[in-house]
Amino acid sequence: MASALINVPAKAKRGEIIEIKTLMSHVMETGYRHTVTGEVVPRDIITSFTCRYNGTEIFRADLFPAIAANPFITFFTVATESGKFDFEWVGDRGFSETASASIAVE
Amino acid sequence: MRKQDESTRRQFLGLAGGAAVLGAVPIVTLQPAEATPATLAAAIRNVVGAAVVRTGKVKLDVPPLVENGNTVPMTVSVSNPMTPDDYVRSIHVFNEKNPQPNIGNFYLGPQAGRAQISTRIRLADSQKVVAIARLSDGSFWSVSADVVVTLAACTEEVI
Repeated sequence: MASALINVPAKAKRGEIIEIKTLMSHVMETGYRHTVTGEVVPRDIITSFTCRYNGTEIFRADLFPAIAANPFITFFTVATESGKFDFEWVGDRGFSETASASIAVE
Repeated sequence: MRKQDESTRRQFLGLAGGAAVLGAVPIVTLQPAEATPATLAAAIRNVVGAAVVRTGKVKLDVPPLVENGNTVPMTVSVSNPMTPDDYVRSIHVFNEKNPQPNIGNFYLGPQAGRAQISTRIRLADSQKVVAIARLSDGSFWSVSADVVVTLAACTEEVI
């Protein structure tokens, strides 16, 4: 159901600064909305996002209800070696998703 | 006799109108709790502690006028080198009038190369957005931007 979109350059020069774009499909229900009958819609958001580069954490984010639905996050890193990026999203109601992308560094 | 009839009719209408107004008052629904400048200040204190927050270094790119508060593109960049000795440790983004003052905390490291992040945020009202960067030497730098929102997030009902 949940699906991630990752954009990492397939190739990079050593020492190059690369941009990583991530998008995870998720409603990010704020917990502040009401149904027509007045009941509060319970909160259901992604609370944390982590990116690891060959096992080392390079980026982490705490998310709040003020992040729009389908959280889109971009950040930068220096391409140091060929390997793998591992992405992890953790959220309410036991939400947990992972994705990965590989890069070749020349 | 006729005169009395008129006056009772007037009284009746007056009473009915009054009752309608009184009845209408409790129907005005309570707005969800809002973050206020005070809670914004408290949330910032929570992150920076007793440290002094200086203005500068941080750049907050957010459109000055947005049509839909449900998804507002935002980019925060910090003009600071990213070397092992001098780098941006984290970026924190706050708002003034959403139900909660926090928007997001982003933790970087010297390996980031460039201290820049972007995401999409929700804004419940026209308000001020504040970005604060924490550098490796423990100093805090901030910038704020005003955004006008025509269609607010969070107000629509779920059907």
